[in-house]
Amino acid sequence: MSRNPGQTSQSPDAAHEAEAVLSFAGVSMRYGRAPETLRDISFSLAPGSFHFLTGPSGAGKSSLLKLIYLAARPSRGLISLFGQDLAVLPRQQLPHLRRRIGVVFQEFRLLDHLSAFDNAALPLRIAGKPAKTYKDDVAELLAWVGLGSRLHAMPATLSGGEKQRLAIARAVVGRPDILLADEPTGNVDQEMALRILRLFLELNRQGTTVLIASHDHDLVARSGMPELRLEQGRMFAPEAA
Amino acid sequence: MSAEAAQAFLARWRPGPLMPRGDARDAGLVFVIAVLCFFACLAALAALAADRAAGGWTAQLQGSATVLVRPQGGESADAAAARAAETLSGVRGVSEASALEKDKALALLQPWLGKAALTDDLPVPRLVTLDLDKDAPASAAELQEALKADNIDAVVDDHSLWIKDIVRAGLWARAAAIGVFALTAAAAAVIAYAARSALAARHEIVEVLHVSGAKDPFIAGLLLRRFAGMAFGAGVLGAAAAAAVGAGARALGGGEGLTPALPVAWIDLAALLPCPLLAALVAALAARFAALGLLTSMASKANSFSKDWA
Repeated sequence: MSRNPGQTSQSPDAAHEAEAVLSFAGVSMRYGRAPETLRDISFSLAPGSFHFLTGPSGAGKSSLLKLIYLAARPSRGLISLFGQDLAVLPRQQLPHLRRRIGVVFQEFRLLDHLSAFDNAALPLRIAGKPAKTYKDDVAELLAWVGLGSRLHAMPATLSGGEKQRLAIARAVVGRPDILLADEPTGNVDQEMALRILRLFLELNRQGTTVLIASHDHDLVARSGMPELRLEQGRMFAPEAA
Repeated sequence: MSAEAAQAFLARWRPGPLMPRGDARDAGLVFVIAVLCFFACLAALAALAADRAAGGWTAQLQGSATVLVRPQGGESADAAAARAAETLSGVRGVSEASALEKDKALALLQPWLGKAALTDDLPVPRLVTLDLDKDAPASAAELQEALKADNIDAVVDDHSLWIKDIVRAGLWARAAAIGVFALTAAAAAVIAYAARSALAARHEIVEVLHVSGAKDPFIAGLLLRRFAGMAFGAGVLGAAAAAAVGAGARALGGGEGLTPALPVAWIDLAALLPCPLLAALVAALAARFAALGLLTSMASKANSFSKDWA
């Protein structure tokens, strides 16, 4: 797959829309009757691109990610994911799209009653794959993120960094087409943050489109990857950010 | 963990439960379902017994009649009874008519009057017993008319006075059946409520499962299996307790049970065997529909909740 980090458009033409894995067109979102959290957001992501989503706390980064991983709906505008218009997509079809997306939550959201191995294997199990077909792969992945010695550990016994890496392992185990991460380095030290960044870059090199919400300016600068900046619910062009 | 230890872990690894196995509320729920199953089983036993009583009495009453003959003039009682039997045997709808001998008539009176009172000069009424055609039995009016035509003074008893007991037994059966239905519905409502509560309490798990690509029926299936298993165990407890009560009633009351209106039979206890399976089925359906309803509701209200709910 061709590498095209940073291939983004905030005023996509029709041809670019057709090849984008994700595109927003005039999207707004609100919770209940509260003021709009996101306002008139338009952008698109090319396959295999790598972006940071930056902005201060409360800017709407997590809400934007929720729209992408289909946990919330826009109050206005159109979202296209993998070429599918979400406005007309039946709810029953959403799981198929979700299986193509890996999500690393800011607060990890590991299942506390399952072992590290079970947590990492969760997407494969939900996809209905037989255990014998993924056991070795999951163990190998956990070893790759440095949890090879913690297969049986319960989340409550893991450190913050270990939980973070386990959440990442769960997000990528199904080889998603898009990886979303919400403040993935917010709970780890600088060394671990760089290690996690290298992990994301490696995944991106293998073809995964990556979007990372972060306010870690140093990490963004080190990566050299473009950023989409949100402020007060509005998105600004990278040049203006 | 060494490579060998990791291999050993993988060799014995089995997927853990996607929903936590249980919580402190489970014991209370099992108790409630077991109590409902217990009463439903008792109601089922009562329905079976009442139905048997009504059916038995109906068969007895519809298949026979009794005629009390009063001799007239110088005719002896035995002769009057014999003449009445002859007359009635020719009536359509009567299979057999036979005059009850004096000894048998005295035997019928003995429980009421005592043996000492049964002297030879006691005026014993003569009875004619009739076996009626099961398909087209003669009516009391037809019998009475035939007797009157042959100038025989007699009273026909077609046992219609006892019909009220049949009706009462039938009402017992109907009430018990309604009770079974009501208790089953109550159990379903309790389980549906518990399933919704369990799902709402685990909404964070549900969201992770959703984001990981789980379909609503998959998530509902997790609750379905949990509550079906719980209800099966509760059904075993409830049915066992009801069986103990039924067996006690049968053992203490003999063939008629504790009351003639509810004659429990040993075979009735076998009707309780499906209770655990029925409880599990009701629980599975209730949990599935409740879970699917809540999941749909959660999805439609995603943006209405706080950020943590969305």
